[in-house]
Amino acid sequence: MNNPKKRSQWADAWRRLQKNKLAVCGLVIFTVLVLGALAAPLFLDYETDVTGINAQNRLQSPSSENWFGTDRLGRDVFARVVWGSRYSLSIGFSAAAISLLLGGTIGAIAGYYGGMIDHVFMRVMDILQAIPATLLAICIAAALDPSPRNIVIAIAVSFCPSFARVVRGPILSIREMEYVEAAKAIGAKNRTIIFSHIIPNCMGPIIVQTTLSVAIMILIVSGLSFLGLGIQPPTPEWGAMLAESRSHIRDHSYLAFFPGLAIMTTILSLNMLGDGLRDALDPRLK
Amino acid sequence: MNEHLLLEVNGLKKYFQTKRGMLHAVDDVSFTIERGKTLGIVGESGCGKSTLGRAILRLLEPTAGQVFFEGEDIAKLSKEQMRRKRKEMQIIFQDPFSSLNPRKTISETIAEPLRLNGIINDRKKRMEKVLETMEIVGLAERLINTYPHELDGGRRQRIGIARALAPGPKFIVCDEPVSALDVSIQAQILNLMKELQESLGLTYMFITHDLSVVNHFSDDIAVMYLGRIIEKASSEELFTNPLHPYTKALLSAIPVPNIHMKMERILLKGEVSSPIEPPDMCRFAVRCNHCMEKCKASEPPLTEASRGHFVSCYLNRQE
Repeated sequence: MNNPKKRSQWADAWRRLQKNKLAVCGLVIFTVLVLGALAAPLFLDYETDVTGINAQNRLQSPSSENWFGTDRLGRDVFARVVWGSRYSLSIGFSAAAISLLLGGTIGAIAGYYGGMIDHVFMRVMDILQAIPATLLAICIAAALDPSPRNIVIAIAVSFCPSFARVVRGPILSIREMEYVEAAKAIGAKNRTIIFSHIIPNCMGPIIVQTTLSVAIMILIVSGLSFLGLGIQPPTPEWGAMLAESRSHIRDHSYLAFFPGLAIMTTILSLNMLGDGLRDALDPRLK
Repeated sequence: MNEHLLLEVNGLKKYFQTKRGMLHAVDDVSFTIERGKTLGIVGESGCGKSTLGRAILRLLEPTAGQVFFEGEDIAKLSKEQMRRKRKEMQIIFQDPFSSLNPRKTISETIAEPLRLNGIINDRKKRMEKVLETMEIVGLAERLINTYPHELDGGRRQRIGIARALAPGPKFIVCDEPVSALDVSIQAQILNLMKELQESLGLTYMFITHDLSVVNHFSDDIAVMYLGRIIEKASSEELFTNPLHPYTKALLSAIPVPNIHMKMERILLKGEVSSPIEPPDMCRFAVRCNHCMEKCKASEPPLTEASRGHFVSCYLNRQE
C-alpha cells in the first residue's frame, strides 16, 4: 500500500520535544552516558583498568595520564566512573521497568475494574506509599543480601505505588470514553481493551513518570551503596566510590568530586528530558 | 417463534442504584423488530433511549427481562458467549469524536473487529476487506493511514459505520448517529445508512430525539417517556394519528418550512418528573393537559388502540 501519510502522535510529540532546548540538551547528555556505558568494555578491561590495584600510582591528582586522578589503590578514577555508569543505569532502568510493569498493571486493573478491586489494590499501595521509598528500599536491602538483583527488587517494590497511581488516574477517565464501549461492542476482551485501547492513551504521564523515576532510582542506588547496603567494593559504583573517598576528602577532594559529578549529570539530564517530555506529550499544549 | 422476527425484547428493565433510590432508566420495555426493518426510538434527553440500546447489546447488563435475538435469549448468555455474539449485533455511536480511539489509524480501527472475532486472520486479506468496507461507506482509499483527529465529523462517522459493518452484523443499534453532525452531513449519513440497509439487509434500531429524522427512516416508531414506551405504531400511523398527548406535543414541535401554514404548538408545562422510584401513576400525568383522576391512581398499560397501534393512555379507552 503506498499511502505514505502515517504520521502518529508520537511524531508530533517528537517535533515538540525538539523545540525544547533543555530537553534536547538532556537527551544528548543522556545518550552520551548510555553510549559510554555500553561501549565501556570495548576500551576498558574490568580486571586491570577498573579493579586492578597499582600501588605505585596511588592518589595521583587529575592529569593527562589519569583524567580524573587515581584513588588510594592507584585505580584510574575516570575508568571507574565510566564503568560505574553501567551499574547505575542498568539498575535504574531495570528497577523502573519492573516497577512500571508491576505497579502499572496493578493501577490498570484497579482503575479499569473499579469497585472492590480498586479499593483493595489501592489501599495496599497506600500502605506501601506511607513508608518513604528510600527507607523501604533500605529495609528490603538490609533484609536481603546486598546484591544488584536485590537492590533492583527493593527499589522496584518501593516505587510500585507511584506507578500504580500514575496509571490508574488516566484510566479512570479513559475507560468512560465511547471508544472503550465501542471496543467492547466489537467483541474485545477486557485484556485487549486495557492494553490496546486504554494504556496507549495514557502513555504520556507514564513515560514522564518513568523518566523521572529512573533519576530518583539512580540516586537511591548510590545512596544505598554509600551506606554499604548496595553494590559492594571493589565494584566501581558511584555511591560506593563516594563512600571510599570520604577519608580523603580534605586532601584529595577530586575523588569525591568526579563520582558526584557523574551522579549529578545523569540525574540532571534525566530530569531535563523528563520535563521536556511532559510538555511534549501533553496534548493541551498543542 | 416467528421467522420474520429478528429481535424480541420482553419486559426489559435497567435500574441504576443511586443514593436516593433506584433510578428506573428503562422500565419494563417490550417490542419486536422484523428482519430488514427499522424501529425508531424517540424521546427527549434522559428518557432512557440510549440506555435501552446499550441494555439490549448488554453493554450495560439489564436488570431484568429477555432479549431474544433470532430466537435465542441473549440476556442469559455467559459473558464469553455474549462476546462471540457481538459480531452479529453492532452499534453506531452518537459522538464520532469520542467513539474512535485517537491512537489508531482508520484501517486499524476498521480491522479490529475482524481481527478480534477471528473473522479474517490473514493480514493481507483483512486489509482487502478493510478497503472494501471503506469503499462501501464512502471513505477514500488514501485516508487509510490517517488518524481520527485529521478528519471531519462526517468522515469520522463513516469510520464508525464501517467499524460496525466490518464483522457482518445483522442488527445495528444506531444511537443518535447524526445528531452530532452538521445538517448537510446528516442527510449524507442517513442516505448512506438507508442504502446499506437495503443492500445488506440490515435491521436497525434507530435512537433519536429528532422526529423529522426518524420519520423518513423508520418503519415503526416507539415513543419513550421516563423509561417506558408510551406509544408505538407504524411510522405513517404515528405521524397522521398520534394518540398520546405527549406524542402530539412532540409532533407539534417539528418545524414546518412554510410561513403561511398555521402551527398549533402544544407547549408542555413543567418538567419531567424524577425517574427515581416513580410512583404508580401515569408518568406523564404532571405535564398532561388532559390529566384525569385515574391517571394519578394507576399507570395506564400499553394497549392496542387500533391494529398495530399501541398506546398507554386512559384517554383513548372506550369504557
